[in-house]
Amino acid sequence: MKRRPWRTWLTAYAFLIPSLLVLGAFTFYPVVEAARLSLWRWRILRGDPVFIGLANYETLFSSADFWQAVGNTILFAVGSIPTSMILALFLALLLNRPLRGLAFYRTAYFLPTITSLVAVSVVWMWIYHPDVGLMNQLIGLVGLPPARWLNEPRTAMLSLIILGVWRGLGYNVIIYLGGLQSIPVHLYEAAKIDGANRLQLLRYVTWPLLTPTSFFILIIAVINSFQSFTQVHVMTQGGPIGSTTVIVYYLFQQAFQQFNMGYGSAVAMVLFVVILVLTILQFGFLGKRVHYQ
Amino acid sequence: MTRKLESPFVHLLLLVGAIAMLMPFAWMVSTSLKAQNEVFSYPPQWIPSQLLWSNYAQAWAAAPFGRYFINSGIVALAVTFLDLVTSALAAFAFGRMQFPLRNALFTLYLASMMIPHQMTIIPAFLLLKNFGDISPALGLDSYFALVAPFAASAFGVFMLRQSFMQIPNELEDAAVLDGCGRLGFLVRMVLPLSRPALATLALFAFQANWNSYLWPLIVTNSDQMRTVQIGLRYFVGQEGSSQWGLLMAAAVFVSLPVVVLYLFVQRQFTQGIASTGLKQ
Repeated sequence: MKRRPWRTWLTAYAFLIPSLLVLGAFTFYPVVEAARLSLWRWRILRGDPVFIGLANYETLFSSADFWQAVGNTILFAVGSIPTSMILALFLALLLNRPLRGLAFYRTAYFLPTITSLVAVSVVWMWIYHPDVGLMNQLIGLVGLPPARWLNEPRTAMLSLIILGVWRGLGYNVIIYLGGLQSIPVHLYEAAKIDGANRLQLLRYVTWPLLTPTSFFILIIAVINSFQSFTQVHVMTQGGPIGSTTVIVYYLFQQAFQQFNMGYGSAVAMVLFVVILVLTILQFGFLGKRVHYQ
Repeated sequence: MTRKLESPFVHLLLLVGAIAMLMPFAWMVSTSLKAQNEVFSYPPQWIPSQLLWSNYAQAWAAAPFGRYFINSGIVALAVTFLDLVTSALAAFAFGRMQFPLRNALFTLYLASMMIPHQMTIIPAFLLLKNFGDISPALGLDSYFALVAPFAASAFGVFMLRQSFMQIPNELEDAAVLDGCGRLGFLVRMVLPLSRPALATLALFAFQANWNSYLWPLIVTNSDQMRTVQIGLRYFVGQEGSSQWGLLMAAAVFVSLPVVVLYLFVQRQFTQGIASTGLKQ
């Protein structure tokens, strides 16, 4: 209290400066700069930038390749998220009890999530091998004919979706377990006294009280899908014939293979807006969650 | 009462799931120990007729993996250390000090967590390209380029601030009476008391950086600067689609550091994720 306030201010800013410098240079400045660059034509190997207004966006929104990338990204999200969420909820319900071997199960389900995505992608390339792959042997057991997985446009995205479900499952299980454990026990007891059976408990107690958790997982999963890149770059390079070119891979191609920095920035801005809207939705919804408590 | 009846069934379901989750890992290790002629036998064999450990030595020598490991080690440890330092300092200022614009700046930090890393890569790349004109050590294809963008994080500040704010003010008053400055109080009292939060942040930072791909892919272009993930990707390109034994051996040693770390401290990992909801 006896300290002079301006000395405190000075100390506070001294503490903040390292963090502010890094975030300023590599987060705040790039957002502004990406917005600016998106208004310029700048092929970095072919001379200086030229201001072209919104022309990059016009090209973008009339580009079949861009819409294919958007479509692929949505397909990836729609294909992997519901499956992953249903499986995760099911597993979390099974795990949410005193069990022997709980630590083992948790380790097994979570291991894919923390493992290097590059390493995991290489392993799945081998699993999807069209001639001697494990996957073809597995589906052969139920009588399905061998597929060409990553080598064919019809199945390439499906291959990435299966990998995506396998890799993201553990994360969703952990979050669902957290959600289940935050449901007060007395609600179950009250419902049981009212004569509810197990299915009714699930339908009328667990499921509604898990809505915020489900919504959280959904948004995070959509955001993650829109950011996926590594498995595409390692396994398919966006092919065959563009069937796995997702939006970040398209950005990468434009900016770092064609060196079209202005156009690439316009793609980045679209990505930014999509994720911003999703995040705002999430905050809006989580704000309502207080009603339940 | 019904628990005893259903328990074997529950275990059966969980076990089937666990086997499905672990199968790719088992397949990776199995293939990594096979001779080339066994790799392509169909139907696939799970147990190699002899364990060919030399695949590991051969894969290690087929590309400069030693160099990649040193690079990844230096970069991941530097990022972890710097992220902890910058986040702790900023979190202390935001959580325990009064200064003008505090709320505005903190809102800016929170908002920045919504920014996808992928949208910042073009300007960040161009910025480092310009730094390179000042000195090559600050430009593309340098340790600086790999470390600097991750030397601070809004997430770290947010997470540590929560922990720092729980420390009672009386403790700070007493420390000040003892002639301990703010930095002394932070180092001697706050940090030791926040060890769990610091450990969780360190784990996340190390794991995320060891596994990171897009940024090192963009900013490195020499073998001297490549990290393990990029090295593994180039190794796949180099070995084509034939040397699967060697590729699996390389996949094993590239993923091993984080997997081992996880097996030792998995509680910290999963609790950290459950409490922060941090996405991968």
